[in-house]
Amino acid sequence: MTLQAAGWFEHPAAVALARRHRLRAWEPIPWLLAVAFYFVFPKYLGFGTELLITVLFAISLDLVLGYAGIVTLGHAAFFGAGAYTVGILAKRAIWNEPMSGLVMAALVAALIGLGSGLVLLRTQGLTLLMLTLCTMALLEEAANLAHDYTGGFDGLDSLPIAPLLGTFEFNPLYPRTQYLYVLSVLFVCFIVVRTLVYSPFGQSLTGIRENTLRMHAVGAPVRRRLVLCYTLSAAIAGVAGGIWAQANAYVNLGTLGLDRAATVLIILVLGGYGRLYGAFVGAVAYMALSHFLSKFYPTAWQLGLGLLLVVIALFARNGILGIAEAAARRLRPRATP
Amino acid sequence: MILGVDVASMLLGGVAAGMVLFIVSVGLSVTMGLMGFVNLAHGGFAMLGGYAIAQAMKLWGLGFVAALVFGFVVTALVSAVLERLLYSRLYRASELDQVLFTIGLVFMMIASVTVLVGPENQPLKLPPFLQGQLNLGITHYRTYSVVLIVVGVVIVSGLWLGFERTRTGAQIRAAVDNRRMAESLGINIGRLFTLTFAFGSGMAALGGGLGAEFLGLDPQYALKYLVYFLIVVAVGGLGRVTGVFYAALLIGVLDFTLKKYMPQGGTAFIYALTILLLLWRPQGLFGAKTA
Repeated sequence: MTLQAAGWFEHPAAVALARRHRLRAWEPIPWLLAVAFYFVFPKYLGFGTELLITVLFAISLDLVLGYAGIVTLGHAAFFGAGAYTVGILAKRAIWNEPMSGLVMAALVAALIGLGSGLVLLRTQGLTLLMLTLCTMALLEEAANLAHDYTGGFDGLDSLPIAPLLGTFEFNPLYPRTQYLYVLSVLFVCFIVVRTLVYSPFGQSLTGIRENTLRMHAVGAPVRRRLVLCYTLSAAIAGVAGGIWAQANAYVNLGTLGLDRAATVLIILVLGGYGRLYGAFVGAVAYMALSHFLSKFYPTAWQLGLGLLLVVIALFARNGILGIAEAAARRLRPRATP
Repeated sequence: MILGVDVASMLLGGVAAGMVLFIVSVGLSVTMGLMGFVNLAHGGFAMLGGYAIAQAMKLWGLGFVAALVFGFVVTALVSAVLERLLYSRLYRASELDQVLFTIGLVFMMIASVTVLVGPENQPLKLPPFLQGQLNLGITHYRTYSVVLIVVGVVIVSGLWLGFERTRTGAQIRAAVDNRRMAESLGINIGRLFTLTFAFGSGMAALGGGLGAEFLGLDPQYALKYLVYFLIVVAVGGLGRVTGVFYAALLIGVLDFTLKKYMPQGGTAFIYALTILLLLWRPQGLFGAKTA
């Protein structure tokens, strides 16, 4: 092979591929900001906790939507499954240790993701969209019906969650423990997803997104990859839901609803999907705006959000990060390849 | 005998609800079948139309029938403008972009209506000749439901004739089956899209007005019933007028019956049924098999 003779590892494409997964200089910034937030805004830690959970949930969606290209309207099904797992176990006094509770939430959500993924991912396009929507609606109805276990419409409140590591209490008024706990869990999950995305598995997902037919042709087990990705994403969404239930000490039907599924989709698209950090940017932009706007001008907020979505769909398909990248490229037109 | 009367009145109620479902959903089915466009804003057009009708009756004292015509025309015009300006840019875009765009549109519709009219439910007063009961021989039944059924049958016959027996109908069918071929034969697809889109939205407006009596009419209408409209379209098959009609009747009767006998689990049953059906026949119960 001529490539080999020339030292193929020096080929620009090979170099670019080998560098893809390397840590970039700006990558610690969001984490440093998150830690700084803890010290600078001790009064807003409740908001911060909610924000970090949203980031985690959006990252799980990024895995299926941004990398595997599965358009789903029912991702809240897994968030809700995780939340109800933690909620029911705690309320029935079966299990209330937080960290192992998250593992159970992930397992239950993954199981639902595996079951529904095996069935749903045979279809595509509009049918798939409808099926994800119907699955979530079905789960929501089921949670509503089983009110002996789930509390029905009222949900389960004042869940007795045990202190973290046996020492740190979850205090709803001063959510310092929650914030640091959620931040650590987010960090661990993020590392997992980042590794996954840059692994050969992640590459094959991107391939499936870009050209399913060709991936079939080169012999990739397309359906198995998609189901595995869906299951993993469901597990992470389950963790997000479980931690939400722990941090707030309650669960309600809203964790399973179309509202939540649509919101996380909007957040991810706003930040930019298929690029990991889009979840961070989108969640910060959305939550900050909604926190301050929706309280005082709820209608204006909805109008503005709608307008934003229309504009993104028409003109800025890669979200805020996409705009930033395009601007950076324009500023440095002769960047080295 | 009592059982027979019971069944008859239940069927009547369900069929009347099905007719409204059909009138709203038929436009959605054609838009999705013809343009492959995932239009989640369709319920929004039904909501806008319902508001136009209710406002016309309240502010200008228009009669019910005149207000229905007004709502149809206004919504069709608004949607034609939207189609030309915005929708047409996204026909070749990915599903995700279409979903986002139409969700954004729904949010904007809900917010505008909330600002202009208010968040509360809009009562739609029926004219006296549509109120009261009608003697049907075996049973008395609400006049309005009977009228709805008659109107629905007239509309589906009209649409069927228009679809099967007119030049435009043939062009639409051709475009649903094979857009490229139809375009090569000189059919002006762009104009056809605008026409059908406007007509479908106008029908949705009609359904919004006719159904307001039992579906209610508030800004959240646009999202509340969206899943139902989508289910009807998915079950009926894309771009099939008769398919949507049967599917709407089926869902209407099922929903009506289940709400009466199983008020708890009825909705869950319909969702489960839809999932199973779509797995069995992804193209819908009445849709043609695609290659």
